[in-house]
Amino acid sequence: MNETALVIRNKVGLHARPATLFVQAALRFQSDIRLIKDGHEGNAKSFRAVLALGVNQNDRVLVRAEGLDAAEAVQALTDLVEANFGEA
Amino acid sequence: MRLKGIAASPGIAIAPAFVYRAVDLIVRRRRAQDSAAEWARFERAASTALRELASLRARATAEVGEAEAAVFDAHEMILRDPELEGSLRAELEHGASIEAAVEVVFAQDVATFEAMEDPLFRERAADFADVGRRVLRILLGINEDPLSGMNAPAVIVAQDLLPSDTARLNKFLTRGFCTAAGGPLSHTAILARNLGLPAVVGVGSAVLEIGDGQQLIADGSEGWVVVEASEAEQAAYLARLSDMAAARRTALANALAPAITRDGRRAEVVANVGFPGDERSALDCGAEGIGLLRTEFLFVGRQTAPSEDEQFRAYHEVFSAMGSLPVVARTLDIGGDKPAPFLSLPHEENPFLGWRAIRIGLARPDLLKTQIRALLRAGNEHTLKIMFPMIATIEEMQAARALVGEARTELAQRGMPAAEAVEIGTMVEIPSAALMAEELIPHVDFFSIGSNDLTQYTLAADRGNPAVASLSDSLHPAVLRLIDHVIRVAHNHGIWVGLCGELAGDPSAIPILLGLGLDEFSMGAAAIPAAKSLIRELAWAETQALAREALAQSGAPAVRALVQQWRERQPSV
Repeated sequence: MNETALVIRNKVGLHARPATLFVQAALRFQSDIRLIKDGHEGNAKSFRAVLALGVNQNDRVLVRAEGLDAAEAVQALTDLVEANFGEA
Repeated sequence: MRLKGIAASPGIAIAPAFVYRAVDLIVRRRRAQDSAAEWARFERAASTALRELASLRARATAEVGEAEAAVFDAHEMILRDPELEGSLRAELEHGASIEAAVEVVFAQDVATFEAMEDPLFRERAADFADVGRRVLRILLGINEDPLSGMNAPAVIVAQDLLPSDTARLNKFLTRGFCTAAGGPLSHTAILARNLGLPAVVGVGSAVLEIGDGQQLIADGSEGWVVVEASEAEQAAYLARLSDMAAARRTALANALAPAITRDGRRAEVVANVGFPGDERSALDCGAEGIGLLRTEFLFVGRQTAPSEDEQFRAYHEVFSAMGSLPVVARTLDIGGDKPAPFLSLPHEENPFLGWRAIRIGLARPDLLKTQIRALLRAGNEHTLKIMFPMIATIEEMQAARALVGEARTELAQRGMPAAEAVEIGTMVEIPSAALMAEELIPHVDFFSIGSNDLTQYTLAADRGNPAVASLSDSLHPAVLRLIDHVIRVAHNHGIWVGLCGELAGDPSAIPILLGLGLDEFSMGAAAIPAAKSLIRELAWAETQALAREALAQSGAPAVRALVQQWRERQPSV
């Protein structure tokens, strides 16, 4: 299992385009990937689950992956978040 | 009758109401026998829905823009959601028909999002409602296109509008929007602002009493809807409308004319373009070329690098629209804050000072040369100029320039045509490049100042960090002195200088930049008409004196105060 804590810096949080990009990135991996906020957990490959967590700017979240490509999955999602979803 | 709502998009529309009521989708309760057959029906309906979404997306991209089109990406995600199957199957196993299952599952989604605290998340309920409705409509075999019934200019009156409703609306006949629901962030509001049409939203259920064809005034600036206005009200609004229309016509008509100062100096006003398609609105706004063609849209978020042919097609679209007008293409500016999964960039403590832009391009010449070849091919028989971002040293510029030569040779070996006489420039974003302008001269044909980054590197203030935002003012004399140095060196050698960044469209900065001798101003398309009309009001000789004074100030606030006083003394035209 791989896990990492991240802070969402994007100004609208995990909403609309950032949520779309996040889920699209998660869908590229085989592993089961979970996004966890304040003890609530959602399937990172599910747009509704990710949106329903209501992740806002400066929220701390956990990304947890289990499976063959768990490390790569966590790394890719971390990169996406660290890069602020490509927004300047 | 006057109704108060939220002013969601400015402007005034006077036209009859077109009342839009979505067709009721009635699901008859029936007991399904075969849950596998029901599921198969869902899969067929979902694939039809995905085809519809793809075509709506294409249409929205063409008619409204990329931002509007992105809504349909979200809809696709909603439909492809792996959790959806489980929820639907659970309903089917209880004997529900697939129609009933879709209705129940999407109603739950809508309820979940409507209950959220954050208004941005609450607005997503509309997307789930939209997707659920689409699937249900397909399952029920209903062919729905109610907005296509509009055949005369009208203000659209509705409970609320969903993205798939508005993707089909006739934007030439639509004069404005008036909705019972929605807020300033709702889909209707955003769409209206993108289209430049007035919108009053959140008016409440009184809107639904408006009859089809009733005369309406929608005042999107003040947030009023007037139904069957009195003659006096109508006259007052007509007067305001004709003033606004005249001002807009003048600005747009003049936008196409060149920007020449009162004493005869011409400034080239061009556009920053981020996506293929944006160049058309730039031309409408009077752009005389593209001063910054961003190419990141091809790279960001990709698992694999775009091929030469894919890039060629994207660039070709832009060049075709621009004809012989100049297009300054910036090579890939990824890394740092712009992710590119195919590069698997390492995490960096200081991405803005890290491995990005030309630094990646030179380390991965295969990538950069592929892009240059695509640009040279697409720019053939057009006016292509290439600039390299984040140049810090002379050696980088030499290496980058050499790659253009290699790319050209490779195309020649393949027997492919390439653009001739391509000017090669340095983007001046790093103070070292500004200070070394003299030494860069032998290797460049022009400079383009990237004022946003130049400011952040000069004042060491992250422009994305609100705590230090006040420090990163591009009108700081330190930044202006770097710009002045670059322009003076360049002009000594007969080389032109452009500026692409927020500063170029800033009315406080334009007189100073003009006075410093800037040749080319590159800005967002929307800022072009106002920038051109401002330049026409100025006298170059006077701005030169202003610029010298600005350089001598002690800080950015002093420069801003100076320009303000100076502009107040200017004769208004």
